[in-house]
Amino acid sequence: MSSGARWSISSARLETQLQDRKPIYSTWEATAEAGRCLYCHDAPCIPACPTTIDIPTFIHKIATGNLRGSARTILKSNLLGLSCARVCPVEVLCEGACVYVGWQRPPITIGRLQRYAMEHGGARGLLPKAKRSGRTVGLVGAGPASLACAGTLARFGHTAVIYERDDLPGGLNTTGIAPYKLQADDALEEIRFIKSLGVEFQTGVELGKDVSVDELLERHDALFLGPGLGPDSCLGVPGEEGPGVYGAIEWIRRLKLTPTFSVEGIDRAFVVGGGNTAVDVARELAGLGVGRVTLLYRRPAEKMKAYAHELAQARQEGVVVVTETAVAEVFRDAGTLAGIRLVESENGRPTDRDFGIEKADLMVVAIGQTKLRELVEMFPSVECDESGCIAIDPDTGATGNPRIFAGGDAVNGGKEVVNAVHDGQVAARSMDDLLREAPAGRREDG
Amino acid sequence: MADLSIDFAGIKSPNPFWLASGPPSNSGDQVIRAFDAGWGGAVWKTLGNPIVNVSSRLAAVDYSSQRMMGLNNIELITDRTLADNFREIAEVKRRFPKHAVVVSLMFDTKEEWHDAIRRSEDTGCDGLELNFGCPHGMCERGMGSAVGQEPKVMAELIHWATEAATVPVIAKLTPNVGSILEPGIAACKAGAHAVSLINTVQSIIGVDLDRLVPLPRVGGASSHGGYCGPAVKPIALRMVAELARSPEFTIPISGIGGVSTWRDAAEFIALGAGSIQVCTAVMHHGFRIIEDLAEGLEDYLDEKKMTRVNDLIGRAVPAFKEWGELDLNYHVVAKIDPEICIGCGVCYVACQDGAHQCIHLPGTLAPTGHEAPMAAIAAKKAAEAPEDSPYRIPWVDETDCVGCNLCELVCPVEGCITMVEKRRADEVDTWNKRVAEGRDHVPGGLSDL
Repeated sequence: MSSGARWSISSARLETQLQDRKPIYSTWEATAEAGRCLYCHDAPCIPACPTTIDIPTFIHKIATGNLRGSARTILKSNLLGLSCARVCPVEVLCEGACVYVGWQRPPITIGRLQRYAMEHGGARGLLPKAKRSGRTVGLVGAGPASLACAGTLARFGHTAVIYERDDLPGGLNTTGIAPYKLQADDALEEIRFIKSLGVEFQTGVELGKDVSVDELLERHDALFLGPGLGPDSCLGVPGEEGPGVYGAIEWIRRLKLTPTFSVEGIDRAFVVGGGNTAVDVARELAGLGVGRVTLLYRRPAEKMKAYAHELAQARQEGVVVVTETAVAEVFRDAGTLAGIRLVESENGRPTDRDFGIEKADLMVVAIGQTKLRELVEMFPSVECDESGCIAIDPDTGATGNPRIFAGGDAVNGGKEVVNAVHDGQVAARSMDDLLREAPAGRREDG
Repeated sequence: MADLSIDFAGIKSPNPFWLASGPPSNSGDQVIRAFDAGWGGAVWKTLGNPIVNVSSRLAAVDYSSQRMMGLNNIELITDRTLADNFREIAEVKRRFPKHAVVVSLMFDTKEEWHDAIRRSEDTGCDGLELNFGCPHGMCERGMGSAVGQEPKVMAELIHWATEAATVPVIAKLTPNVGSILEPGIAACKAGAHAVSLINTVQSIIGVDLDRLVPLPRVGGASSHGGYCGPAVKPIALRMVAELARSPEFTIPISGIGGVSTWRDAAEFIALGAGSIQVCTAVMHHGFRIIEDLAEGLEDYLDEKKMTRVNDLIGRAVPAFKEWGELDLNYHVVAKIDPEICIGCGVCYVACQDGAHQCIHLPGTLAPTGHEAPMAAIAAKKAAEAPEDSPYRIPWVDETDCVGCNLCELVCPVEGCITMVEKRRADEVDTWNKRVAEGRDHVPGGLSDL
């Protein structure tokens, strides 16, 4: 168990070899782009943001050089404004709603302006702190949902304690974002900002082993569950388990955090899946110089869940996309991955029409993550729906237990960081109502 | 092909574009390169007894992404020797006999003026410009704008110059006066052959908010400077036009102040300028801008079926009137084109908060009896629009619209908002006419309380 003051990571991480694809704007670039914003009345970009950031206002403040004010406007609506600026699929969110799009012109680059405001406007000390309420909330998991929830609770004056199984906080923000968007050191910097709001972190704490659910309920007035999702799902084909085959979340984590990790000697790589994580892994491999990267998807291209703009960029970067194809078997030679057998796939299911064996040095399986149903069901009266997601009231984040709230991937099955932030902040506001209404119960010590 | 050549108060020039006295006309090398590029003339950087300059000297105002909307300087007159300047002026004139070379002068005593004028004319220059405009540094020594602000002193100096000169004398005026008519008419009556205006506007361009020192910074302090560049053009246009329409003012005007494009030049000429002087735009973009200036003006004259620059000079002056002469029955109202409106709502905010509350959001309706042809259509479309794609196009209450133009000015879509003429009455009515006919009482004043 550690209070996590340092969260140090190696500087020799493989992810640092991947270049930022949207580098931060210079002052002139930012001012020019901000000047292009029309400052719309009732701007359509605002409701297109899950956290409803007042976008025209923060952009106007960039144009006037009021960068602290600009960052403050962003943080008021979204405490993770920095990582959202860099990882949000703005093409389908705020920028997609920009009035310029309907005018057949390029939209304002809201994400890049937001990054500029956040990196130059600074984040610490911008937000006023409320008087201490004496109430305390425990949060399970240190991913974006919990970070946003805890930060908001801390701003309201409540004590917020995050319990994280990993040694590093941040969840997928630290371990899972494509490095060309956000790298682990920047993610941790943002978490230090959340910590500066007064949030306490207990990392390396496993639920049911280091701390029990009863203990959490005893220690805190309310709980927030933001555990995210479980390990990578498997294909379930012969030979899958063993050297050379990784789950995507596991592989990306190594890329981002393991100092000795490398792609040396890998010439032929296959990524299995059709979602954004699969596309991320394929682009990362291509970006690291792997000669031939193939994305295998079992259905036709139009069924892919990956964003069209990201898939198009992957193709430009040399990724070959093969559809209606499945992996049937994995072969190794003296313990080293040697090849995979491909078969035709119909309606998403493998057939016996054999495409033969392809040489492979690496296979990354990116077909989603398992659900943490067992963990969730340790909490009394907290229920999952049939897909394994925690059931909540979307307006409040409340579970079946009046003292327990939830949000993030564990609730929505795996969406964007900004959706998790929204969930966390919604739950924090409901918990604030609850904590202020209820008679003083458990007070924090000291 | 229109003829761009001019005869300005006797100074001939292949086109009306001259370098204004300033950093671009500081040396023979620069003026030669300018003439090679196509400039028609140059007013040399002001000559005077040697001075010492400070560092730094310039600061600017940017507008959004545009750099140098306005420029401010605290540089003085030439800091090179008179001998070097005169030698180079003579060399330029030898190489470019058909170009206009005007020597700008700023001296103190009558003897100095006479001596400097003789030496200037020895170079073969085509004219002299008396610098009565420089509003910083030199005015503290009783020269520049200190003279331009005292019409009587200025008239005396013009006498000194014209009694010694054999070439045309141009008096360069400062805008830092209450009325430009006073020095302008004084210069005319004193016998100047022409005037040039405006010189720079006294200014503090900004403050370094970390050091709390005005800009441009000279160590731990600054001084007020002279403001120029595109930002001052409207001020200059008004002053040029003011002189041009005055019956007491009868000499040519060389227009100066923020000219960057051929369009700017055409505006100055239409308001009475016979030649154009440019400085800041050259400091920003170099001598090469002459191509656009000359080509644009020529094409414009051709398009308007004018054969010479003269045909354009002062053509807009008769339409520059006193407010009391404007037609009170002329009226326009805003029309929004729903086919090209992008629904940004910028006009709505501007009209509601900054104008007359006559642009409204779809879904609302106009009061009974108001003319608002688009209100009902907008309401219907708003009601029919799907929830995730609301109808956002506003409508105009034409009864309330005063025709101020603000919505048209803020609209980002070209041609989306037009101001359509809707006269209040056929006959022309003016305030002056109402006063003359005793119809100038407007109800609601103090006398009605």
